[in-house]
Amino acid sequence: MSLENSATLTWFYACKVDDVPANGGVCVKYFDEQIALFRFARRNEWYATQNLCPHRRQMALSRGMTGTQEGEPKVACPFHKKSFSLVDGRCLTDEHECSLNTYPVKVEGDRVYIGIGAGGQQVEVMA
Amino acid sequence: MKIVIIGNGMTSYKFCEKMMAKAAPGTVELVVFGEEPRPAYDRVHLSEFFSGKTATDLEIAPASWYAEQNITLHLGDPVQQIDRTLKTVHSYKGITESYDYLVLATGSAAFVPPIPGVDKKGVFIYRTIEDLEMMRDYAPKATTGAVIGGGLLGLEAAKALLDLGLKKTHVIEFAPRLMPRQIDEAGSNLLKAKLETLGLEIHTSKSTTNILGEDTITGLQFSDDSILEADMLVISAGISPRDEVARLCGLETGHRGGIVVNEQLQTTDPCIYAIGECALYNGMIYGLVAPGYEMAEVACSHILGSHKAFTGFDMSTKLKLIGVDVASFGNPFAPADQCRTIIFEDTMKGIYKRINVSNDGQHLLGGILIGDADAYNMLLQTAKNKVILPPNPEDLLLGARGAQTEGGAGVLGLPDEATICSCENVSKATICNAVTAGNETLDAVKKCTKAGTCCGGCVPMVKDLITSTMKAQGKYIRNVVCEHFSYSRQELFDLIKIKEIRTFDDALDHYGQGDGCEVCKPVVASILASLWNEMILTKGNDTVQDSNDRYLANIQKGGTYSVVPRVPGGEITPRQLMVIAQVAEKYNLYTKITGGQRIDMFGAHVNDLPLIWEELVAAGFESGHAYGKALRTVKSCVGSTWCRFGLHDSVSFAIRIEQRYRGLRAPHKLKSAVSGCIRECAEAQSKDFGIIATEKGWNLYVCGNGGSKPQHALLLAGDVDSDTCIRYIDRFLMFYIKTADPLTRTATWLNKLDGGIEYLRNVVVNDSLGIADQLEAEMQVLVDNYKCEWKEVVENPELRKRFSHFVNAPEEKDPTIKFENLREQKKAAEWK
Repeated sequence: MSLENSATLTWFYACKVDDVPANGGVCVKYFDEQIALFRFARRNEWYATQNLCPHRRQMALSRGMTGTQEGEPKVACPFHKKSFSLVDGRCLTDEHECSLNTYPVKVEGDRVYIGIGAGGQQVEVMA
Repeated sequence: MKIVIIGNGMTSYKFCEKMMAKAAPGTVELVVFGEEPRPAYDRVHLSEFFSGKTATDLEIAPASWYAEQNITLHLGDPVQQIDRTLKTVHSYKGITESYDYLVLATGSAAFVPPIPGVDKKGVFIYRTIEDLEMMRDYAPKATTGAVIGGGLLGLEAAKALLDLGLKKTHVIEFAPRLMPRQIDEAGSNLLKAKLETLGLEIHTSKSTTNILGEDTITGLQFSDDSILEADMLVISAGISPRDEVARLCGLETGHRGGIVVNEQLQTTDPCIYAIGECALYNGMIYGLVAPGYEMAEVACSHILGSHKAFTGFDMSTKLKLIGVDVASFGNPFAPADQCRTIIFEDTMKGIYKRINVSNDGQHLLGGILIGDADAYNMLLQTAKNKVILPPNPEDLLLGARGAQTEGGAGVLGLPDEATICSCENVSKATICNAVTAGNETLDAVKKCTKAGTCCGGCVPMVKDLITSTMKAQGKYIRNVVCEHFSYSRQELFDLIKIKEIRTFDDALDHYGQGDGCEVCKPVVASILASLWNEMILTKGNDTVQDSNDRYLANIQKGGTYSVVPRVPGGEITPRQLMVIAQVAEKYNLYTKITGGQRIDMFGAHVNDLPLIWEELVAAGFESGHAYGKALRTVKSCVGSTWCRFGLHDSVSFAIRIEQRYRGLRAPHKLKSAVSGCIRECAEAQSKDFGIIATEKGWNLYVCGNGGSKPQHALLLAGDVDSDTCIRYIDRFLMFYIKTADPLTRTATWLNKLDGGIEYLRNVVVNDSLGIADQLEAEMQVLVDNYKCEWKEVVENPELRKRFSHFVNAPEEKDPTIKFENLREQKKAAEWK
């Protein structure tokens, strides 16, 4: 992905590749934050977003179902099935809904890392 | 440029919002004075305050929004004086602000008729959140309520009194009918009859002369000297425009109130505008929110130099009053010599429809709909666009009958420029063009045109337009699963069976495209389970299960889960009850008896689920599949073992059936029951399949439903013995599983099945398709493959591993989960 830039990102070790179910998600604890990490095995892609669904403020997205809408990777919240793009975090089912924070992910060997920008927020810096 | 706005209601907010959106950043300074202590809220949905909404829920934008927009907001501080020569305003708290433009959005107050005693305790008006709070605090002391005013707001207030729990509520209307501005006498009579069944007593043609009681109201006296006892009264007899500050500074006002404005919403002082319910345009006050918003738009545009005009507003309305549809459009009261009237009245179902057709039969002038307002949008557009009516205009109300259809009525008959979505102002042509351009689903059309994205009222018309436009192009419309599978569920079921596919990925590779989604994944998962009955969390199928199936528990508010062990037939031993009690206490679970004769334990952390089930499994419990689109419970009455009326042992038969079909996955959940006699204590006729004992055996009923659309089950076979009954159930369930659309209960499936129950009986009982043996054999495979899912998880460390909240801290529970106390147990913290 073109998001990484070692000057502004801290790479946080999340878990092993096999800890994440294929085509599913897990919740990663990063200090007091919760990050949802998704392994899109069919496309060999990884994504990370905030775990909090902004609709009803539930810590649930890591348990959501992944999929695509017209080719765009997304996750559907298990509570009310609001779908969010895994690429940019925007809500695909309700344009008035808040977007998700997204984080870059990198895999080295069998280890998965999440990139955290300054202040814990993702900073998108195109390489 | 500095603009001062007096008033902070919905119209005032809309003006601010539009001004911030239209004006170049930094060019306009806004100062708002509001009399109420809180920022603008949704007054249209005020009555929902009593059905659980809080003041914050009703908020349109919080005070922080004004701060973010750099708008100065003075709350609880009404403007008392306007100096037009110096162009300043002075507020109650002593603030003086100068202005370039002044906008009066002072709204209206409740009109209180001059009846002696209106100042007594227990008399309320219905206008602000504060009024509602006072009513709420007073209501527990009251038993009989009364509302003066049978208009739209009065009936809302009556609903509020019902919601507040008053035993009896009377509505008193001065006019001879309810909602005199919207509906006619026949409509009023029907509405009255409907409302009376809901616990309201309606009195029309009643003029209140006196409010009785010492300091506190005890009753009302009327002009005919009759008396009505009441210990709480709400006055909602209309509105009175708030024009006092305008009158004080010499602006022209109407003799019955209201600030006179021109087409640009300017008052007699061109620097001062008036918008909303305080403005009097062409002798009329517009007491609805939509014209208020339109006024905000026009005033805002005019101040910024562009030219729009307010030339009146269509006052057609459609609303749900205490659950009853009421709509009125165009000219609902056109006099008899100017139109021909078609009326349809059904006092059985409580439906009244009236349309007024021009004398030449060409155009629709207006009408009234009560009890069923589905046709409102269609009729409103037909009237507004002056669509030429079909030769039999009654078809508009009754639908075309007989052989000929498509007269020019219906959505296709509308002209291209007809507005279909009035919120987003989308025309019929825009929608049809979007469909022709390839947007062939509702979602695609919504996205492309914005139609149907606001109130959703036009969605049925949009759907009709999509279907008819596609049909006109000669396209065959098929019920496919989603963008990833161009097959119906039934086709997919057969394909997966023939190819013996066992995983979602295989199904997608063979018959689909893309990567799947939350629609097709559970559909395929359900088909796989219905075909092979293998453990659903293995072979990579775990992540295609619906969320509840994936965790074998039901997710609840806050992200905890509930646990329901199977209690076949509702029979449980004291020892088993003790095990449940111990587990619930140990893991701090809220317990409740379910409607299906089981015990539900709520509030389990995902980490605790395997521990809880380890104990339950050890005590002999199995999964209850409360989380699955699967067989839930087989409810039973106690039957002949104890009951003096019982004909057969309904509990034993219920247990046998529940053991046979436990874990059976289907297109939707399945419920069943067995009653030991015709008294039907187990309510078997409301189930997907229900059995009632007869003198000679069992009667088998199928395709019943409770829930939102209750439907009685129909008799499939009578007086059959136990084994035959089970064979019929095998065939019935397998036939349903193979042919139903996703998430379709048996009742809906039967309603769509060509030939209905007769056809189903032929297939199941008479084996008309010659597939009975096959259906039974397929069911036997599923029965033989049954294993308790939770037992498998408890015994399998790899599966257990998935039941943790944090992948990198598996022992830790989600620290954000909060509970509150409730009657010595806990409940989930309320969500936002």
